[in-house]
Amino acid sequence: MTNLEKYTQTFTTTFNIVPEQTSDLKYQDIKEWDSVGHMQLIAAIEDAFDIMMDTDDIIDLSSFEKGKEILKKYDVEIG
Amino acid sequence: MMWRLDDFKDNIAVIDESGQTYTYSHLAHECGKLAYHVKSGRCLVFSLCANEIGSLLGYAAFVDSRIVPLMLDSHLDRGLLAELIEHYKPDYLWLPSGMAPEFPAYALEYSTHGYSLIKTPYVCAYPMDSSLALLLTTSGSTGSPKLVRQSYENIRANTESIVEYLELDETERPITTLPMSYTYGLSIINTHLYVGASIIMTEKTLMQKEFWQQFKELHATSFAGVPYIYEMLDKLRFFRMDLPTLRTMTQAGGKLTPELHKKFAEYARDNGKRFVVMYGQTEATARMSYLPYEKSLEKYGSMGIAIPGGKFSIIDVDGKEITEPEVTGELVYEGKNVTLGYAERGEDLIKGDERHGRLVTGDMAKRDAEGYYYIVGRKKRFLKIFGSRVNLDETERLIKARFNNVECACAGVDDKMHVFVADEALVPEVHHFLAEKTGLNRVAFTVKHIEAIPKNDSGKTLYIDLEKYYD
Repeated sequence: MTNLEKYTQTFTTTFNIVPEQTSDLKYQDIKEWDSVGHMQLIAAIEDAFDIMMDTDDIIDLSSFEKGKEILKKYDVEIG
Repeated sequence: MMWRLDDFKDNIAVIDESGQTYTYSHLAHECGKLAYHVKSGRCLVFSLCANEIGSLLGYAAFVDSRIVPLMLDSHLDRGLLAELIEHYKPDYLWLPSGMAPEFPAYALEYSTHGYSLIKTPYVCAYPMDSSLALLLTTSGSTGSPKLVRQSYENIRANTESIVEYLELDETERPITTLPMSYTYGLSIINTHLYVGASIIMTEKTLMQKEFWQQFKELHATSFAGVPYIYEMLDKLRFFRMDLPTLRTMTQAGGKLTPELHKKFAEYARDNGKRFVVMYGQTEATARMSYLPYEKSLEKYGSMGIAIPGGKFSIIDVDGKEITEPEVTGELVYEGKNVTLGYAERGEDLIKGDERHGRLVTGDMAKRDAEGYYYIVGRKKRFLKIFGSRVNLDETERLIKARFNNVECACAGVDDKMHVFVADEALVPEVHHFLAEKTGLNRVAFTVKHIEAIPKNDSGKTLYIDLEKYYD
């Protein structure tokens, strides 16, 4: 599985959505992505890439796209 | 009058998300204007709340003018809202202006501060007792028509008591973390308006950068949290944040794990903050107990002592008082904040005080030798999910009504409902339906298929037999 697939899967399984819904997705766009869902998503991402994110990055991860940018800091390149 | 808004003149009452400020004089003036437009006079209004100035303005105006609001979350499922309107026939709705077009049949009476007052076809459909000030839901998310009736005296007594034990004054700046339609969130509004403090109203959540920016830039001094919020803060590595203006953190809405209680108490001690664990119910207006912050670490796991003006006792199954320490029984509270009773239909709004200052809480508790109380369990079938009460039997009824009377059972622990259905094909649909209907995140539910719901000879579900299926 590529990093992009792994990353996409954290969103699809956490929020019970299809990959097509992820690309423009932003915090609170869907009711599943609320503060409760956000914590689940962060846990899924940390698990998938075996990383531990900083507070500033956790609260800055406000969209699918933004997350890709943030993950670069943790040496995770998502195509 | 509940508050003395005019007395605080140029004090800032509200700071909104954009940083705009509203003084107490402004608030008092705007409250008068809004109340003037409520032509029915003393009547029932459904107030659809968000953490915005308009929502607070409506609440303050209604309570001060003896108009009775039912506080509801503006995100409440629209089907459930329609049922409540049909059930209680309010004269008006007060809602975010963006929602007004959803009610084309209702006339727009007045708009201000992003909110609108719209008129239903009903005019004082049900008479109301003169002491009735406010209505709150018992289980907002399932749309139950069962409401708690609170009096002016209830709100005043609880407000004064909270102000006293939290030592609140006009220098406070709480930032909102809970909805106004929720008794704990509302008590923060009540107490801070009472002392002339400034309330930072935000719809942003702890999981957003903007929330913490507002917190720092607007110099927030306190926040409130249900257990789930403290769990999130822990995961957010809150203890490493630099929040110099923070003075007080309060916790209620369910029992925090003793470990987390200790962790936050230690943080507070080491950083010169106050961490105050409390206990309450909508049936007692809001608060019944608090653990003084100086005792937070020594007595972690305890919900403390009765608030000023209140009294606890513990009774056994026969209703006799248990006086020896460390014996579990049902917790009873007495005080002026014990609410009038429930309403289940419009005709109940005329009812007076049915509890006479005594509330049998339904919570099982014990007291230690030094007089501190500990919650150990619950008598009734409900869970607290992210701080809100969710009635398990009502949830079963919702599922059965939607899915052709399917055999089902709802059980679980706080923050995790376990739902069992006898029809395997329905599992994903039931899961989706529950999240949709209750407005709670889907992670709150685990839905499983079992062949048959375990029952006893008289057909009652054996919930205890379902526990082995919890993860």
